[in-house]
Amino acid sequence: MAARGDLPAWVDIGVIPLLNLTIALVVAGLVVVIIGENPFQALSIMLNGALGSLKGWSYMTYYATNFIFTGLAVAVAFHAGLFNIGGEGQAYVAGLGAAMAGLGLEFLPWWLVIPSAIIASAAFGAFWAWVPGYLQAKRGSHIVITTIMFNFIALSLMSYLINHVFRPLGKMSVESRAIDAGYIPSFRELGRMIGITAPNTPLNPVIFLALMSAFGVWYLLWRTKLGYEIRTVGANMDAAVYAGIRPQRIIMITMAISGGLAGLLAANEVLSAQHRLVLEYVQGAGFVGIAVALMGRNHPFGIILAAMLFGMLYQGGTELSFERPLISRDMIVVIQGLVILFMGALEQAFRPALLRYFARAGD
Amino acid sequence: MDLSLLPEILSSTIRMSVPLILACLAGLWSERSGIVDIGLEGKMLVGAFASACAAAYFQSAWMGLLFAIVISVAMSLVHGYASINQRGNQVVSGVAINMLAAGLCVVLGNTWYGEGGRTPALAVTMRFMSIDFPGHDALFAMPVVGAIAKIFLDHSILTYVAFAMVPLSAWALAKTRFGLRLRAVGENPQAVDTAGISVAKLRYQAVIIAGILCGIAGSFLATSLSASFVRDMSAGRGFMALAALIFANWRAWPALFACLLFGFLQAIGNFLQGAHLGSFEIPVQFFNSLPYVMTVVLLAGFIGKSVPPKASGIPYTKDR
Repeated sequence: MAARGDLPAWVDIGVIPLLNLTIALVVAGLVVVIIGENPFQALSIMLNGALGSLKGWSYMTYYATNFIFTGLAVAVAFHAGLFNIGGEGQAYVAGLGAAMAGLGLEFLPWWLVIPSAIIASAAFGAFWAWVPGYLQAKRGSHIVITTIMFNFIALSLMSYLINHVFRPLGKMSVESRAIDAGYIPSFRELGRMIGITAPNTPLNPVIFLALMSAFGVWYLLWRTKLGYEIRTVGANMDAAVYAGIRPQRIIMITMAISGGLAGLLAANEVLSAQHRLVLEYVQGAGFVGIAVALMGRNHPFGIILAAMLFGMLYQGGTELSFERPLISRDMIVVIQGLVILFMGALEQAFRPALLRYFARAGD
Repeated sequence: MDLSLLPEILSSTIRMSVPLILACLAGLWSERSGIVDIGLEGKMLVGAFASACAAAYFQSAWMGLLFAIVISVAMSLVHGYASINQRGNQVVSGVAINMLAAGLCVVLGNTWYGEGGRTPALAVTMRFMSIDFPGHDALFAMPVVGAIAKIFLDHSILTYVAFAMVPLSAWALAKTRFGLRLRAVGENPQAVDTAGISVAKLRYQAVIIAGILCGIAGSFLATSLSASFVRDMSAGRGFMALAALIFANWRAWPALFACLLFGFLQAIGNFLQGAHLGSFEIPVQFFNSLPYVMTVVLLAGFIGKSVPPKASGIPYTKDR
């Protein structure tokens, strides 16, 4: 086997991911063929559903907001060599913080409630990731397993709390009462105040928070001492220790940052789109974050692009399932799985062939 | 608490622990060879889906079982290819398998049967029902003895297969040449390779065994425990099995007890909805989360210590 890094940089960053993505989409197309539909038609319906109207764009960006948060969460942990599969649970528990602040601080004006609720979301998410981080750093429990377990614990805990604490007496649907003081209005509602008609979608100002978070993560990782330490721990633990970095401390801090980022999803959902704490409102966005981070190559800019792509898949997939009822919306989950498989686990599959090609071309 | 429920809770414990035992042993085989398997859940799910479809199509539970195993093994070969040949990240591959499984089952099920992923209800003749041995009605009708007999004897063949797999796996891993080599490959692949034994071949064999066991577990879910496939019907059992595996410290016999314990918690959760402890109502979520909480506490080293096989999760490269 030839050594890594023998390929030109543009092949490494450009061609290989594109090739892997293409294969993933081709296999997804095959699944569409198997269920007896035309994949090209399906693709055009999806693209049209997401990109063909302002409403489509708006929905796509709303979905992407969630995926930017969860994608960043996975990426930050990855840079420290940690695989945080717990984004789903962290985002779910963050809803508790959002709802507690949003409902509990109602006596305050909105410009105090909203920031408090957002901070509470991040704090609860951070805590739910810090504990596995602590257990990894101090007790040696494997982060992958603990974060998986924490997803399930979050599921039970939140289901109990929403059912028994947050649900108003006599209400049938399992959700809290509406969050009014801490509610973040959608762009449509904001537009109405100043006489502009925006499409009727849940897209809201939290998208700016997502973009700022992406910038913040970039700045943190490549422009601060802490970021340098995080990347050093991820690259070589022994070297990090030798350089005077305390890996245990970095692991806990990184996990808290990761969980906090995942937790911000609650701002988009609980404080705005859902308007309340709803049972299982995360709906797999935590896992989409894994695909987004892999596709975005753990770089915030790549993550924004990948999140938009997955936003497009979600919006386009929804439209597709309306127009072609034979194709279930779960097709998106299949594509997610394929992206993770080909861009993650089989990432290096084409490298040997490309190496041979470039070796020959170089002669 | 009503004591008259006890026989039923115990019988249900056995039933609930079957998929856990099979999946846990699948994880045991795989991880003992050095391949981490997060995809137990997904393989069980495709197994359940395949068995429900095939059982309905061929009107036979056995055909269901066969298809469950074939499809589940196909999934584990994907995992094997990614982990063994491509030296990919095994956790990432497992996550992919789980997602693929969750999506594909519903997409295909929706296309074929048009009920949002649900497959047609299976008649009793197309399912694995409790074994119909002669005189069982008379036996179960007896006082006390009947109730006790019913706890252990009122089960389908797959239940006994699952329990038989425990001593079989324990023996194979501890006493056979194949088992010893397989464990060696999970601890020190270099040594095995130096001895001229193929690391890849052993790991593929382990991964295939894991696929077979997950397939049986899936078939149990769809054709014995229930009468059709419904979306996400594995309901986290693959992860609970993973927890049991850690709890059992990667050994077969302790795995049985961990699975029985977790099965008992599931059974209690189902039976004691709204049970009271004094004036305090024990929430069902408490029982649901207990296996995971216990595993976290164990992993943290507060009760005993759990040590995975040394080489698990690390791709084997020859030229190092």
